[in-house]
Amino acid sequence: MSHLLRRHPTHSRRPRSRFASPSILWGGGIVLFFVLLALFAGPLTALTGNDPYSEHRSLLGPRSVPLGFGGGISPSHWFGVTPLRGVDLFSIIAYGTRVSLGIGLASTLISVVIGVAIGLIAGYFPGVTDAILSRTMDVFFGFPFLIFAIALSAIVPDSFPRPLLLILVLGFFGWPSIARLIRGQTLTLTHRGYTSAAQVMGASSTHILLNEIMPGLLPLLIVRLTLSIPGRIAAEASLSFLGVGINPPTPSWGRTISDAVAWALVDPMYLIFPGLALFLVTFGFNLLGDGLSDALDPKAVIRAEMTETAETSKTTATESSTRNSAPAVVQQGGNR
Amino acid sequence: MRMFDYILRRLISSLLVILIIAVTLFLIFYMFPSNPAQLSCGKPCSPEQLRRVSAFMGTDQPWYAQLGAYLLGIFAGRTFGTGASAVVCAAPCLGYSFRLNEPVTTLIAERFPVTASIAVGAAVLWIIIGVGTGVLAAVKRNTWVDRLLMALSAIGISSPSYLIGLLAIIVFAFELPVFPSGGYVPFSRNPAGWFSHLLLPWLVLALINAASYTRITRTQMIGEMEQDYIRTERSKGAPESVVVGRHALRNALLPVMTMFGLDLGSLLGGAVLTERVFSMQGLGMLLLDSVTNLDLQVLVGSTLFAAALVIVANLVVDICYSFLDPRVTVGR
Repeated sequence: MSHLLRRHPTHSRRPRSRFASPSILWGGGIVLFFVLLALFAGPLTALTGNDPYSEHRSLLGPRSVPLGFGGGISPSHWFGVTPLRGVDLFSIIAYGTRVSLGIGLASTLISVVIGVAIGLIAGYFPGVTDAILSRTMDVFFGFPFLIFAIALSAIVPDSFPRPLLLILVLGFFGWPSIARLIRGQTLTLTHRGYTSAAQVMGASSTHILLNEIMPGLLPLLIVRLTLSIPGRIAAEASLSFLGVGINPPTPSWGRTISDAVAWALVDPMYLIFPGLALFLVTFGFNLLGDGLSDALDPKAVIRAEMTETAETSKTTATESSTRNSAPAVVQQGGNR
Repeated sequence: MRMFDYILRRLISSLLVILIIAVTLFLIFYMFPSNPAQLSCGKPCSPEQLRRVSAFMGTDQPWYAQLGAYLLGIFAGRTFGTGASAVVCAAPCLGYSFRLNEPVTTLIAERFPVTASIAVGAAVLWIIIGVGTGVLAAVKRNTWVDRLLMALSAIGISSPSYLIGLLAIIVFAFELPVFPSGGYVPFSRNPAGWFSHLLLPWLVLALINAASYTRITRTQMIGEMEQDYIRTERSKGAPESVVVGRHALRNALLPVMTMFGLDLGSLLGGAVLTERVFSMQGLGMLLLDSVTNLDLQVLVGSTLFAAALVIVANLVVDICYSFLDPRVTVGR
C-alpha cells in the first residue's frame, strides 16, 4: 500500500523482488490461511470431534453462559462454545469460511463474465452500443444494492437456497466496476499499433478482442478482482447480520455476529472471534490487491484509475477529461 | 446556453432512468411469485375475502393495467377501492401499506429525518477527515506519516461498520457510560439529546467511510501533482501551499465529489446497518420491518425512493461538475 509510486532505481527491477513485497506476502498469507481453513474445515474440526451443529449444553453454566475462560476455550473447543446452545465456535468459524469465500469467489466469477463481455463490447464498439451499455453500467453502479438485496429476500421463496441467491445477486450487481475498467482499457488498447495491425490484416473483432486486447488488460483485471472480493464477503456478512442472508443452521460469520450481540457483555469472545475472522479475511484480500497493484507498474494503475474516471462521470463526454472516479477500493458492498 | 441544454438533457435522462427502475421493481416485486392480495388478506382468508381484497388493491386487473395505475400513482396519486371505504393515496404515491393503513410516502416522510440526520452528519465528518488525511498522505508521500495513514485506512476499509459500531457501544455506552447506547431523539424536541444520540453513530460511520476517501484523495493528488501544470506553477515560483491547495487539490477533488455524491445519496436511502446497530427507526428499519411483515408496498416504495435518491445525487453532482469543468457539457 504505502509503496505505491515509490521511485524505483532506473534498472534492476527484477520481477521476483517486486512480487515479494510485504503487502503481497502478508495479504497472500492471510488469504491462503483462510482458503486452507475453508478446504480443510472438515478434517480440522474432526480433530476435536466437533461439528457446527451439535450442542454441548453440559459446558454451559447458569443462564446458559459458557463456563470457563474466554467463552469456554479448551483443548477440545479451541474458540469456546456459543452461549445458549453450546455449539463449538471454531467449527462455526471454519465452516463459515466456506460460505464466505464460496459466495465471494462464485459471485466474482459471474461478475467477471458479465463485466468483461460488456466492457469489451462497449469499449470496442463506440457510438450507440457504447452509450447504451455505459448508461446501464451507471445505473447499476449507483443502484442501492444493499437495499434491493434486503427487499428481494422478502419475496424469494424459502425453498430457494440462500447461498445461491446471494451469489446471483452479488454477481449480478458486481459487474459494473469490472466492465468500466475493461471498457476504459479497451478504448486505450484499441488504438495501439498491434491492434491496428491486426485489424489491417483482416482479423475478426472477436479475434482482436480475445487475442490482442484481453492479454493487455489481464493484470489490471486480476488486481480489480482481488480488490472486489472483500466487498462481496462483507456484503454477505452484512445481509446475514441483518437476518436476510444465510439462514440457520448453515454457519455464517455475519449471522454469528448478530447472534452474539445479545451476549456481548457476558461472553465477548462470541462476538470477537467471528468479527476478527471477517476483518482478517477482508484485510488480507485488500492487502494482497494493493500489493499486486503496486507490483504492476504503479503509474499504469494510477493512470487506469484516472482514465476510468472519465467513464464514471455519468455523462462525460471526451476521453480527455480524465476526471471522476470511484476506484476499486471503494467497492465495499456492505459497509454502510 | 450549452450549459442549460446539458442540464436539461441530464434531467430528462435521470427521469427516464427512475422510470425504468420503477418499472423493473414493479415487475420483480408485483409480478413475481408472491401474491400481494394474499399477503394482505392474512391467514384465515376465504376465497371471497381474497377476491374482495384483490379488487380493492387492484391486483385483479391485468398486469399492464396494474403497472399503469402504479406509475400514474407516482405522478398523480391514486385511489384504492370505491365509495365509503376508498383510500386515497396522494401524489407522489409510492404505494399504500394496507398493514399500517398509511401511504408509503407518509411512512417515508416520517422516517427520513432519522436517516438524514445520521447520513448528513457522518458525511460532513468523513469528507473532512478523508480529504484532510488524503492530502496529508500525498504531500508527505513515502514518509512515516503516509505509511501510518495508509495502514490506518487499510484497517478502516476492512472493518465492517456494524462490528465497530457494536464494539463502540460496548465500550462507550456500557463500560464507560459516556454515550447513550442507541435510539433517536428528534431535533425539534431536544437538540442536545439529538446530538448526543447521534455522535457515536456519526463517529463510527465517519471513521470507517473516511478510509476510502483518504486513499482516493491521495491517489488523485499524486496523479495531479505529476501533471505539467503543477510543474509550470512550481517553476513560476508559486509557494507549495498555493500549488497544493489552490491547484492540485481543486482538480483532485472533482472525482472525490462524485464519489461523495453517490455515497451520500445511497446512505440517505437507508443507513440500514447503522440504524440496526444503534436502534434508530429510520428508513433502513422501515425496510427491514417490511421484510419481516412482508409488506410489499413498503418494500417497493422504499427501494424506489432509495434508488431515486442516488439518481438525484448523481444529477446534482453532474450539474455541479458542469460548472466546475465546462468541458463535460460538450459531446454526447
